[in-house]
Amino acid sequence: MKMIEAKKLIFEYIRRDEEGNVESIDKALDEISLDIEKGDFVAILGHNGSGKSTLAKQINAILMPTEGTLYVNGMDTKEEDKLWDIRQSAGMVFQNPDNQIIATVVEEDVGFGPENLGVPTEEIWKRVEKSLRAVGMYEYRDHSPNKLSGGQKQRVAIAGIMAMKPQCIVLDEPTAMLDPDGRKEVIRTIRELNKEEKVTVLLITHYMEEVIHADKVIVMDDGKVVMQGTPREIFSRVEELKRYRMDVPQITELAYELKQKGMPLPDGILTIEEFTEAMKRLEQ
Amino acid sequence: MIRDITIGQYYPADSILHRLDPRVKLSGTLIYIVCLFLVKNLWGYLIAALCLGAIIRLSKVPFGFIVRGLKTIIILLLFTVAFNLFLTSGTPIFEWKFIRITKEGVSLAFSMAVRLILLILGSSLMTFTTTPNQLTDGMESLLGPLKKLHVPVHEIAMMMSIALRFIPILLEETDKIMKAQQARGADFETGGIIKRAKAMVPILVPLFISAFRRAGDLAMAMEARCYRGGEGRTKMKPLKYHKPDGIAWVAIVCFIALTVVSRRF
Amino acid sequence: MAIILDKLDYVYSPGTAYEKHALKNINLVINDGEFIGIIGHTGSGKSTLIQHMNGLVKATGGTVYYNGADIYDEDYKLKDLRTKVGLVFQYPEHQLFETTVLKDVQFGPKNLGLPPLEVDLRAYDALKQVGIGDDLIDASPFELSGGQKRRVAIAGVLAMKPEVLILDEPTAGLDPKGRDEILDQIAKIHKEQKITVILVSHSMEDVAKYVDRIIVMNHGEAVYDGAPKEVFAHYKELEQIGLAAPQVTYAMHALRDAGIPVTTDATTVEEARDAILAWYREEKK
Repeated sequence: MKMIEAKKLIFEYIRRDEEGNVESIDKALDEISLDIEKGDFVAILGHNGSGKSTLAKQINAILMPTEGTLYVNGMDTKEEDKLWDIRQSAGMVFQNPDNQIIATVVEEDVGFGPENLGVPTEEIWKRVEKSLRAVGMYEYRDHSPNKLSGGQKQRVAIAGIMAMKPQCIVLDEPTAMLDPDGRKEVIRTIRELNKEEKVTVLLITHYMEEVIHADKVIVMDDGKVVMQGTPREIFSRVEELKRYRMDVPQITELAYELKQKGMPLPDGILTIEEFTEAMKRLEQ
Repeated sequence: MIRDITIGQYYPADSILHRLDPRVKLSGTLIYIVCLFLVKNLWGYLIAALCLGAIIRLSKVPFGFIVRGLKTIIILLLFTVAFNLFLTSGTPIFEWKFIRITKEGVSLAFSMAVRLILLILGSSLMTFTTTPNQLTDGMESLLGPLKKLHVPVHEIAMMMSIALRFIPILLEETDKIMKAQQARGADFETGGIIKRAKAMVPILVPLFISAFRRAGDLAMAMEARCYRGGEGRTKMKPLKYHKPDGIAWVAIVCFIALTVVSRRF
Repeated sequence: MAIILDKLDYVYSPGTAYEKHALKNINLVINDGEFIGIIGHTGSGKSTLIQHMNGLVKATGGTVYYNGADIYDEDYKLKDLRTKVGLVFQYPEHQLFETTVLKDVQFGPKNLGLPPLEVDLRAYDALKQVGIGDDLIDASPFELSGGQKRRVAIAGVLAMKPEVLILDEPTAGLDPKGRDEILDQIAKIHKEQKITVILVSHSMEDVAKYVDRIIVMNHGEAVYDGAPKEVFAHYKELEQIGLAAPQVTYAMHALRDAGIPVTTDATTVEEARDAILAWYREEKK
């Protein structure tokens, strides 16, 4: 089953001057076609302005395609009467943790989504508890979000989405404003949810170390999908990634540079363990 | 300085008062304030003060903490007292040059001061024992009948609770922006009123922009979580009356009766 | 000897429930022309520390000397210090407020009471230093991209002609492209203007790549202070306080543990590459 299916998706931002005349048309998404299977962990890379956030907003039906079609869980995002079903099945987590927490108490914020869906009170409490436990924030349920760290706030935001029982979570640069500790805890949480709860994850990021465990990596540039494959396939193409101004994990870059200098190392080394193994083989 | 403002804050503690239904606390506070203005003599004030004292004891909020809230209104208080003391006509008891204090003035100043103090203490006690969310829930429920008159009660309550959530964030932001502009040589401390008002521009513009950006982000996040107004929404924490709430109502009625009786002395 | 921090102590809101010992007995000498990185996780005191260096926060104990003068002396002009020690806050684009890029950059020099010509010269110069072209000078700062906005904000501080430039996480929230542009620009300014630069950062990789000296903060104390190689040699201790060395440092140690005799002090990809190549060529002989 496909969770997300995009067919020649085009989205244009039209800028108008004060009189309403069209000033310029920016193609934020340019004929995007892609499939995301249920249960997958997919990472989308690309620098700012590559169209990755626009794509995320399309999946949540915050933006509608200008041309082409997008199916989320089999529903066409253009069908207005499916809007709330789409938003319920594809939840979204945003970059700034402060600007997506609504309530002044953690548990009440997690309950916000189910309240909107009209879930009965008792069921809300069950869902809130389950989601908070899933992200490891249960002991903070009666705290004020203002006193939490960035990583903790982001986990609360994720719990808020989980409580709506989505099949897919789209995370739009959830770690961009966090410190390394916060980043690690958020990524760990997302991976666990993907494994244990079988939620499809679409992670938008520009940190390479966050994508090496993904099932599939998509690289976007200038509104187009320019690379697609497993992390190993993607990171074997160091030159190409650099051309799109993307980072490569240090260890991948090191192995690549050594290979350039004539050392017979395999392509697409992603971890220190793989690197050490390859080097040991070389020594013998 | 900002930390001195205790009015409107929540003081977490486990007391009967904290557990009361917010509707009871809201109505009770309103009734208390009305009663304060019905009081005619010393007896009435004594009853009101004693009742408040008893409730403060029940609330487990330290007395010192509550009194600190008065610091912010001290100027208003002095002003009221002075105004009534010097400008009330009647039987003079003290005269010196143009200053004239009358018997009526003293009694009026006294009663205004006591009223103001009790009023502030009473209403801040309510906010100390009620979380902002309960407060807005309580208001939404009490104002519920106005929905028939097409007053957007749910939306007003939602706006209030969001405002409460963002006040600390925006305060912190103001502090940050001030420091950043100071690092660029901005001076907020010297000069006349006009110069100082002008100096606020580099703080206010970024603050407004940031508030609007946050509002836009928040609106998007709320929509993404299927928010579509009060229609068809359920509540995680619906308000329900319990036994202590009934007892509280009895106590409130007793207090009204005592106040009315005190007027006859 | 530009800045000397002498037994600096800072207690946040003393006597209240919020009391926090944010800095404990900090003794540091920041020399002229250094490129320093300050690392530490959130709440380690690094932001508080830099705010002491330009007098925005007053220490509760100890003192700060700038070029030999005690900045807490009654007749010391703190406003002058703030122009000499330029501080760029985190997300500095949030402080932009003027209608055009140029006007915003002029704000600082204008506050110094400089003549209009000098104000203009400095603003143009600062914008050039951060790589903002003439075509953007009259644009509204709010129309720029995230990376551009940040560079304009940095220009706003550079226009004060500081002798020391302190940047609090100048790359937070930027993509790799924006990050590289900003860091390269800062390195260039350091080299060309010969000013002292202090960079507060989370990213060990960035710090290792650019700075000559690293100060590690933890729980309000400066726990390590030295060249990147010296500091990252303590990678195990760094981990205990929630920090890490660059990935290549770990890789070199892993190789060593696996019986491959390479040097382990590399902190950048280039150093690691050269060290491994040196071993490889030796091996092949």
